[in-house]
Amino acid sequence: MKLRELAHSRTGDKGNTSNISVIAYRAEDYARLEAAVTVERVRHHLGALIQGEVVRYALPGLGALNFVLTRTLGGGVTRSLALDAHGKCLSSAILDLDV
Amino acid sequence: MKRVRLGTGAGYSGDRIEPAVELAEAGNIRYLVFECLAERTIALAQLAKRRDPSAGFDPLLADRMAAVLPACRRNGITIITNMGAANPHAAGAAVAAVARSLGLGPLRIAIVTGDDVTEIIRARQDLTIEETGAPVSSLADSLVSANAYLGAEPIVRALKDGADVVVTGRVADPSLFLAPLVHEFGWAADDWTLMGKGTLVGHLMECAGQVSGGYFADPGYKDVPNLARLGFPIAEVAADGAATITKVAGSGGLITGATCREQLLYEVHDPARYLTPDVAADFSGVSITEAGPDQVRVDGGGGAARPGSLKVSLGYGDGYIGEGQISYAGPGALARARLARDIVAERLRIIGLPLRELRLDLIGVDAIHGPELSAAAPEPYEVRLRVAGRTHTLKEAERIGNEVEGLYTNGPAGGGGATKMAKEVIAVQSTLIPRELVTPQVHMMEVQP
Repeated sequence: MKLRELAHSRTGDKGNTSNISVIAYRAEDYARLEAAVTVERVRHHLGALIQGEVVRYALPGLGALNFVLTRTLGGGVTRSLALDAHGKCLSSAILDLDV
Repeated sequence: MKRVRLGTGAGYSGDRIEPAVELAEAGNIRYLVFECLAERTIALAQLAKRRDPSAGFDPLLADRMAAVLPACRRNGITIITNMGAANPHAAGAAVAAVARSLGLGPLRIAIVTGDDVTEIIRARQDLTIEETGAPVSSLADSLVSANAYLGAEPIVRALKDGADVVVTGRVADPSLFLAPLVHEFGWAADDWTLMGKGTLVGHLMECAGQVSGGYFADPGYKDVPNLARLGFPIAEVAADGAATITKVAGSGGLITGATCREQLLYEVHDPARYLTPDVAADFSGVSITEAGPDQVRVDGGGGAARPGSLKVSLGYGDGYIGEGQISYAGPGALARARLARDIVAERLRIIGLPLRELRLDLIGVDAIHGPELSAAAPEPYEVRLRVAGRTHTLKEAERIGNEVEGLYTNGPAGGGGATKMAKEVIAVQSTLIPRELVTPQVHMMEVQP
């Protein structure tokens, strides 16, 4: 099953750091997300897109995980050569994870 | 218990204006807040001001004010905005001109300054750039601007002094919303729990439509009604900081637990320490509860003592970017686009263009997430080649687009829709300075009846 069936996501940018939320549609699926969507899985899935560290914050009260990815935005939106300089589309990439 | 209703009139510089008018007319709000200043906007505005001393504020300011001021005056709504960008004084004068032309005096316009710390930064070259660890002095003459993020305090002062419109430069986005709550409820600036709760409200509201169904729709998974008429949010806040996020009845979009959760984590790193000039806000214990259609209750935010330093955005010249694009369609489109890509790469080598960085993307294939994630995707019907490079001069940047455009007569068959551009890059990095070095000021301006 794809993560998209269980969760929704939004990406934010600050400087060269991206954050990607993964939010369970149903509270009862949160534990499954916490077990399946690990730092290692995210790092492996996004591969070369991540140049820095990956940190995960767990928010069980909100049924959500928050991933913070440093050095991921080509130096930041103000200087990046990327078409998606904000990295906005990363949220859609993460929902393609198999869980 | 007393409640205060705040509306968001804009979530970025180019945002739609109609929802702000809807809020002013039918939102039953006391404050209308326009957040229009992205990371880089103020650096670009500083450059504009350097060229023309009367410029350097939000280009839509006059249009926005003309659209909302009549209803705001009629309904007793105070406007708070960072549309002053690099030139709050000129922005204030522009608001006054709109008010006079519409006969909307008397009007008290407060102008908040003190965020421009360019001279202070130039004198404190020992400061460190957060992103790189290098000293600020390494930016040398390329530094074009330095703006500190101010907090709620000067806006609270302006409101106490009876401002009808508050125009600021760089202020932390949530502080624009926290300020009227501090003013209305008399919250103490060192009550970190209340500062955290007010900051939570501000954070949910600062991107306007992003909490009311904008940037949310995913057909079949997350459907949003009437997105074309997306309404902007209202926060109804109680004196204890608990809030309900809602919107004008009949407007498009939707407000649910899911829309609020997405926005709560937007641009957040450690949810237990969301740093603003006002507080180290703690969102980790927030509860989000649906109280009715398009009504979500938000509570449980907290906070700890505010940081001792203020974040400063450093705008600096970072060379030039040149870009060119051209499309291929129909059978063999991908093969022709790949051939075109290889040709441009080789021609850039042949002419010896001194590139600091180069990207060759196939839009529709690998431009967004690279070749690995898209490897298993089926071949698209149409593909667009995009070549982007970083150079030292504008002339060099222009060569990149020219090499792409040249594919019309010098490349594979059937290339169409070539475009090119070249631009100067003002990039932004950040540093921290002791808050004692920054002195926010409030100037009041009167428009007579």
